[in-house]
Amino acid sequence: MKESSNPFTYAPAPESRELVSIESSYDLFIDGKFIAPKSKKRFPSINPATEEVLSKISLGGKEDLDLAVKSARRAYEKVWSKLPGKERGKYLYRIARLMQERAREFAVLETLDNGKPIRETRDTDIPLAIQHFFYHAGWADKLEYAGHGSNPRAHGVVGQIIPWNFPLLMLAWKVAPALATGNTVVLKPAETTSLTALLFAQVCLDAGLPAGVINIVTGDGTTGASLIAHKGIDKFAFTGSTEVGKAINRALAATGRPVTLELGGKGANIVFEDAAIDQAVEGIVQGIFFNQGHVCCAGSRLLLQENIHDHFIEKLERRIEKIRVGDPMDKNTDLGAINSKEQLQKIVELTQSGEVEGAKAWQPDCALPSRGFWFRPTIFTNVTGAHRIAREEIFGPVLSVLTFRTPQEAIEKANNTPYGLAAGVWSEKGSRILWASRELKAGVIWANTYNKFDAASPFGGYKESGWGREGGRHGLLPYLTQSQTPRVRSGKGARK
Amino acid sequence: MSQLRTSKSDLARDFGISDDRSLSLFLKTLPGVDQVGAEARAVELGTRSIKKESKAWAIDMAISMVDLTTLEGADTEGKVRSLCNKAHRPDPTDPSVPHVGAVCVYNDMVKIARSHLDSIGANEIPVAAVATAFPSGRASREVKLRDTRDAIEAGASEIDMVIDRGAFLSGHYKSVFDEIVAIKKECGEKAHLKVILETGELVTYDNVRRASYLAMIAGADFIKTSTGKVTPAATPPVVLIMLQAVRDFFDRTGIRIGVKPAGGIRTSKDAIKQLVLVNEIAGPEWLSPAYFRIGASALLNDLLMQRFKMRDGYYASSNYVSIE
Repeated sequence: MKESSNPFTYAPAPESRELVSIESSYDLFIDGKFIAPKSKKRFPSINPATEEVLSKISLGGKEDLDLAVKSARRAYEKVWSKLPGKERGKYLYRIARLMQERAREFAVLETLDNGKPIRETRDTDIPLAIQHFFYHAGWADKLEYAGHGSNPRAHGVVGQIIPWNFPLLMLAWKVAPALATGNTVVLKPAETTSLTALLFAQVCLDAGLPAGVINIVTGDGTTGASLIAHKGIDKFAFTGSTEVGKAINRALAATGRPVTLELGGKGANIVFEDAAIDQAVEGIVQGIFFNQGHVCCAGSRLLLQENIHDHFIEKLERRIEKIRVGDPMDKNTDLGAINSKEQLQKIVELTQSGEVEGAKAWQPDCALPSRGFWFRPTIFTNVTGAHRIAREEIFGPVLSVLTFRTPQEAIEKANNTPYGLAAGVWSEKGSRILWASRELKAGVIWANTYNKFDAASPFGGYKESGWGREGGRHGLLPYLTQSQTPRVRSGKGARK
Repeated sequence: MSQLRTSKSDLARDFGISDDRSLSLFLKTLPGVDQVGAEARAVELGTRSIKKESKAWAIDMAISMVDLTTLEGADTEGKVRSLCNKAHRPDPTDPSVPHVGAVCVYNDMVKIARSHLDSIGANEIPVAAVATAFPSGRASREVKLRDTRDAIEAGASEIDMVIDRGAFLSGHYKSVFDEIVAIKKECGEKAHLKVILETGELVTYDNVRRASYLAMIAGADFIKTSTGKVTPAATPPVVLIMLQAVRDFFDRTGIRIGVKPAGGIRTSKDAIKQLVLVNEIAGPEWLSPAYFRIGASALLNDLLMQRFKMRDGYYASSNYVSIE
C-alpha cells in the first residue's frame, strides 16, 4: 500500500515558532557587549528549509578579531586566571541551568537556522549541549585529579572554529572544557549557523560571566583564516572538513601553538551475519540519516556480510520508506533540510559520480518541499572500494553498501580509508565485537548501536580525521599545559 | 527472501518442522533481538505527535479495535449484558461512534453475551472467549480442548488461548506447538484463534520472537501479548517485536497474522502509540480490526472522552461517559 492511500497520514504537528524572537540583524559579542562590526559588513543567514532570510549576521574582520583577542586576553589576565576552579565551575553551572530553562527556545532556533528536525534538536542537540556544561562544571575544581599532572594550567586565550552541523552542541564541546580549564575564548561559529551562538552569548550575559571570557565573532571563511593567523592566540581548536583542517595545520606549523582538529570521516558500519538484524537495520538508518548525514562520524559505509546482503537491503529499504522527510519544524519529521545550497550541490555531485561509476542508487518515493534544499535518503549498492562514494566524505543522507565474506576482510575494508573517526560493529557474539573493536582503526567504535554521544566519553579521530579528544577526562588535556612553577592554591584569603 | 506463498495447513511442512528437534533448530535460526535497540526504537516512535484529523481517525480506529473485556471472578450476567450494550453503542448519544471489535469474556458468559448482542441487533460483534484453562494454562490437554469446544458451542467465534509457558521455557517447543495445532483444529472454521504468549512470563525479546513464530506456524490467526493477569504486559517494545514478526512472516508466506496487545493500555495516548507502531512497523495494511485488536476495559472510556474533547474543544467530566 502506498503512503498516499494510507488513511493514517499524520496531520502536521508543527512546533511553535513563537518561542523565539529573531532580530533583523546581529552584532558581534566582544568584551561582554554586542558591538557592530568594524568591517561594517553583514551577510544573510537563511532557513535552509524555506530559503527565508532569518537575519543579517556580522562579518567579523581583522580589526574585530583584534578587539576580541584583546578582550579575551584582558579577561584571562585580570579575572579568569585569578578565579579558583570552584568559582569557574559556578559560572558553568549557571550557564547550564539557564540553557536548560531556555532549551525549547534553543531547539526551535537551531531548527530554523540549521534545517535539522525539531525532534533531533529537542531530544539530542540541546540536551547534550547542556550536559557538556554540567559535566565540565564539575571538572573545574578537580583538574589536578584529571591525570594530566599535578599542576595543570590553562593556555590562555583559545581560538575555536566550529561547524554548521551541530552548531550549539559543537559550541558546547569547545567552550565548556575551555572555560572549565581556565582559558578564555574567541569563538567563530559557522557562516550558515550563527544564531544559537548569539543566543548563547545572551545566556552568558544573563549568567553574569565576566566580560571578555567568551567572545563570539561571527563571519565566513575569511574570518576563520584571520583567527588562525592571529598571533594573540595561544591554542586552537577546530571542527570541520579535513581540507580546512589541513590548511590550518599548515598555517600553524612550527609556531609552537597547539591545535586540536576534529575533521571528516567515512565511518564503516559492519554488520555480521549473526547480528540482531532488525536493530542493525535501525542502527544503520540512525548512523547515516541522523542529522541528514551531516555528521563527521556518520556510518556512511555499510559493510554487509555477503550472505545476508539481499535480505538486509530489503529490510533496509522498507525501513527507509518510513522515513518522514520534510518540514523540520514538524515534530514527526525524521529527515530535515540540507544545510546549504553548496552542501546540496556537493551531495548531488558525489551521488552522480556514484551512478557514473556503476553503483546502483535507490531512493524512496517521498515528496520533497518545493522551496529549500532537500535530498532524498539514498542507498548505493554494488559499490566497490575504489568508488568515490566509498572513499570521499559525502556529508549527506547517502549510504554506500559494500560486502565482505570473512571477518578479516571486513576489518581490512573498514580500515581501508584515509579517515579514522568512527566505526560500528553489529553482532550478537561478544567475542567478535571485542576482536573487531581491537582491530578497527577508529577513534570511536560503537557496538550494536551508533551515533551515541555522552559528555563523559572522549570523541576524536585517527589519521585524517584529526587529533585530540573532546569530552571526558581526555578532552580536558588539549586545554591544559604544565606550568614550571607551582601555583599557590588555597582559600580566598590566599589570593592576591 | 524467497516467498513460500503457502496455505495455512502446509505451514509446518513448509518450515520443515516435524519434531521437537526440527522446531527447536528452526527457532534458533531466527535472528536475535537487541534489547537496547528495540526499546530505543519503541521510545522513538512514541514521540510521534498525532494531531487533529489524524488523531480523530486514530481514536475511531482504536475504538473499533477494542476487544472490550471483563475477566473477573465477580462477573455477573448483568455486568456482561451492560458490557455488550457498551460494545454496541459505546456512546449512546452519538451513533457515529463505531462499535468495538469484540466482547471478550470467560466461557460461562459466552452464551449470555452472544444472545444479548443478538437481541440488541449487534450480530456483527463477535464474542471472544478465553479458553484453555486461562490464565495459567495449567490443565490437561483434554480439558483445554473441552474448554474450547464448550466456548464455541456457546457461541464464541474467537478463542483466546494461552500457551504452555512452562513447556516453552523448558524447551519443549513441540508440545506448545502441538497444543496450538490441536486447539486450532478444534476451532476449525467456526472460530478465529488468538494465541496468548504471556510475554511477561517469557521475559526476553528473543523468547517473544520465537514464541510468535511458533504460534504463527502452528496456525494462530492472531498472536496476543498477555492475559492481562501478569505484568509487564503489552509494552511498546514487545508489541514492536510481535509486529515485526507478523510483517516478516507475511513477507515469507503471504499469510497475514493479526496482533493483539492486551493489558496496560488504558489511555488514548497509549492506544495511539500502538497504532503508530502498527503503521510504521507492520504497515498500514494491519490498521484494521481484522488484523489488530486491543484487549482493554478502561481504555474505551478514555477514547470516548478524547472524542468529546475533539468534538467540543474541552474535556468533559468523566460523569458524561457510562462506567460500564
